Amino acid sequence: MTTITFPLSPAAQQKATQEPRWVRWALISIALLFLTLFLFIPLISVFYEAFKKGVEVYVAAITDPDALSAIKLTLTVAAIAVPLNMIFGVAAAWAIAKFEFRGKNLLITLIDLPFSVSPVVSGLIYVLVFGLQGWLGPWLSEHDFKVIFAVPGIVLATVFVTVPFIARELIPLMQAQGTEEEEAAVVLGASGWQTFFKITLPNIKWGLLYGAILCNARAMGEFGAVSVVSGHIRGSTNTMPLHVEILYNEYNFAAAFAVASLLALLALVTLALKTLIEFRNRQHQQRGHE
Amino acid sequence: MSIDVLNLSKQFGTFTALHDVSLQVHSGELLALLGPSGSGKTTLLRVIAGLETADSGQVLFHGEDATDQHVRERQVGFVFQHYALFRNMTIFENVAFGLRVRPKAFRPSNDEIRDRVMKLLHLVQLDWLADRYPHQLSGGQRQRIALARALAVEPKVLLLDEPFGALDAKVRKELRSWLRRLHDDMHITSVFVTHDQEEALEVADRVVVMNEGRIEQIGTPDEVYEQPASPFVYEFLGNVNLFHSRLHRGRAWIGDIELDAPEHAEAEEQAAVAYVRPHEIEVERTANGAAAMSALVVHILTVGPIVRLELVRKNDVDITPIQVELNKERFRELQLVKGDEVFITPRRLDVFPSRKAHVDVQSQIL
Amino acid sequence: MYPLKQHSILPGFNLALGFTLLYLSLIVLIPLSAAFIRTAELSWPDFWSIVTTPRVLASYRLTFGASFAAALVNALFGLLVAWVLVRYHFPGKKFVDALVDLPFALPTAVAGIALTALYAGNGWIGQYLEPLGIKVAFTPLGIFVALTFIGLPFVVRTVQPVLEDVEAELEEAAATLGANRWQTFTRVIFPAIFPALMTGFALAFARAIGEYGSVIFIAGNMPMISEITPLLIITKLEQYDYAGATALSVVMLVISFILLLIINLLQWWSRRRSSKT
Repeated sequence: MTTITFPLSPAAQQKATQEPRWVRWALISIALLFLTLFLFIPLISVFYEAFKKGVEVYVAAITDPDALSAIKLTLTVAAIAVPLNMIFGVAAAWAIAKFEFRGKNLLITLIDLPFSVSPVVSGLIYVLVFGLQGWLGPWLSEHDFKVIFAVPGIVLATVFVTVPFIARELIPLMQAQGTEEEEAAVVLGASGWQTFFKITLPNIKWGLLYGAILCNARAMGEFGAVSVVSGHIRGSTNTMPLHVEILYNEYNFAAAFAVASLLALLALVTLALKTLIEFRNRQHQQRGHE
Repeated sequence: MSIDVLNLSKQFGTFTALHDVSLQVHSGELLALLGPSGSGKTTLLRVIAGLETADSGQVLFHGEDATDQHVRERQVGFVFQHYALFRNMTIFENVAFGLRVRPKAFRPSNDEIRDRVMKLLHLVQLDWLADRYPHQLSGGQRQRIALARALAVEPKVLLLDEPFGALDAKVRKELRSWLRRLHDDMHITSVFVTHDQEEALEVADRVVVMNEGRIEQIGTPDEVYEQPASPFVYEFLGNVNLFHSRLHRGRAWIGDIELDAPEHAEAEEQAAVAYVRPHEIEVERTANGAAAMSALVVHILTVGPIVRLELVRKNDVDITPIQVELNKERFRELQLVKGDEVFITPRRLDVFPSRKAHVDVQSQIL
Repeated sequence: MYPLKQHSILPGFNLALGFTLLYLSLIVLIPLSAAFIRTAELSWPDFWSIVTTPRVLASYRLTFGASFAAALVNALFGLLVAWVLVRYHFPGKKFVDALVDLPFALPTAVAGIALTALYAGNGWIGQYLEPLGIKVAFTPLGIFVALTFIGLPFVVRTVQPVLEDVEAELEEAAATLGANRWQTFTRVIFPAIFPALMTGFALAFARAIGEYGSVIFIAGNMPMISEITPLLIITKLEQYDYAGATALSVVMLVISFILLLIINLLQWWSRRRSSKT
């Protein structure tokens, strides 16, 4: 038997709780391959298909009057749905995080409910309430007010699917912050609104923004629920995702991907902002601890 | 301003936090609420502040009923356990907050606010931190800012919830004597909650010992330490030795020794527990009196000027060793080593019948 | 008796809770109840025959089968991605970490047309699969691909924080006791993250069952073969068959609620497990 001694190779120096280098690289490669196939290539293909026929086609597609009206409608819907859900989220989180009352867990589950409902069903239930055959349908048509196949229906369906976003962001945040600061403010003589605007709101503003960004992405991108209630009237009740569908079904692929690329861009901006806020929060937390 | 607490009771679900608690806080005194966690001390403090409402009972401020007064109207200063500094405001704004939120008619001018805040920051010796944010401060500094903030509204009563609980031992000691001095200068009626007996005994004018929602004893630090009113107070304050004992018509027996217990004249063959502090035990090499127990030295530990002995009684069912504290001189006189036989006499002990643990009778034998 | 609400000096409880309940009732509860009330107008045999026609049964099989397969793949690869993101360093890791959430942020219709273009016979990926006899677009396999895409972040994002919390000391203890890496993983790490993995799986599964936007483009939507239940609801609605659409949506709702219950139980289990260590 011969004994050879030589300097320890990097592999031999590895920590006891680390896998061998080849295992690490194999796992990283498989994970990245999976993500490439299922995430990166689809994302890149959106932009590739959008510009395949040239910039002119792209510009024409997104400056088409119908496209512009779809963009406008999408922005309008988000501009209504997001602030509504912000107010709801703050109110719900205030009640749930700052007070002890019976039925709290049930309430939290109810708030999460829209996440588990199929988008198609989310749209359908509004048809059942406001549609011609629905509960309020006859009354609405008597007063010449359209909800289904009109903008109010689109707004309602969008609000429904985005109800949980901000509340579920704020509830754990406000629970973690506790009630001591608010109590201190009240002991020092602050009124309810003073306490809210001077203490609570500044403390939750980043969480609120984070929730609003996610809520906005979903509100602008919602397809199934909106598709059921919209009626697909070009230039009037077409949101951007619905416009993408119409163009695609007309085999106008370049135009469909052009509008889709705007939505993909929205997704990327959303992710960037989300990552930025997460980064900021981590830094803030580290600063807070000592 | 004096505070009267009358028959307060408070339940949280099935947990009784306060059980018919009555208490008087004299004007200008510094009072400690001392007890283990869950004893109701923090709840009592929060009820006095108006942060909690009791299920029944009254709180009087200066003789006037404040039970239904909102915390905003009670003019109390409250220092929270984790300071509760407003993280989004500078130190200056934190201290100024109570003045800034006043209705316009009562709000001081900006200059006045600035003067008063800086004066307070000077008082707590942290005026150089005015523009910092809470997260940039150490725990001890935050604690002092929390105090300055509470004082800014000129409260009539200062309430502190575990004021030094979250600090490390050294800062704790410093702040303790600092708070004592501050109180001596300002003479504001103050109540603070603590679970640290040393803190309560060192700082407070009077100590309220609480256990399971009840007050066990109220007294000066000397009184509660030297004359504990109940077994709980005995065990909670300082080290103590327990001896199984028997009471019969004014006499108490601990093992072979028999002692007078005139307070228990009515007792008939009653089991009891006797409490003796480690420094109240006399140690001799020879049995020169009748009332002495023999024991073996099993452990000797020197801590500074004090020598701690652990003794085990011969033929004893008790496995817990007896703790004895001697000063160095006495220890040298005795020249003890491990395994020596010694004879011990309690210089002072209290006997409590074991069934009725809360009866406040005590027997003292010298 | 435990009071309805514990006393607090903080104001605004009635206003906040009142608004919350009103909003939830108007937006969520009343519309949802409409589906159940309208279905209750049907007799039980009518309801049963609507929700069990062969075409509907085929759509359940497809929806649940494809969703289950997609959730399973996501559980496996999601665990792998979470592991790689937590444990290893490689260039571009932060970028990859941020992009994992893409399926949450990308509108489903965009995902749908992009995946269809990729997996069509002439697409970037489809052109290599077609010669092998594998057709993805316009087949049930395409549905599986779309559902895998939209469910991808769930497992990663539920497992990741739990994996970060597994104490290094635990693994070191296992190592000092003589366990190799594989034993440490299967006996120490995996049990710790298993509840989170199950939660992620259930979340991905629940999301996949209701998914519509990304599927309809790639599915081909052939009755009995590649028609998912949500699409069937839309089809019935377009034929003004409100009773049929509502009955099917009640079936979907009941399944969603059961899944929600299971997910809540799993999360409770997961929290309990992680608080014990």
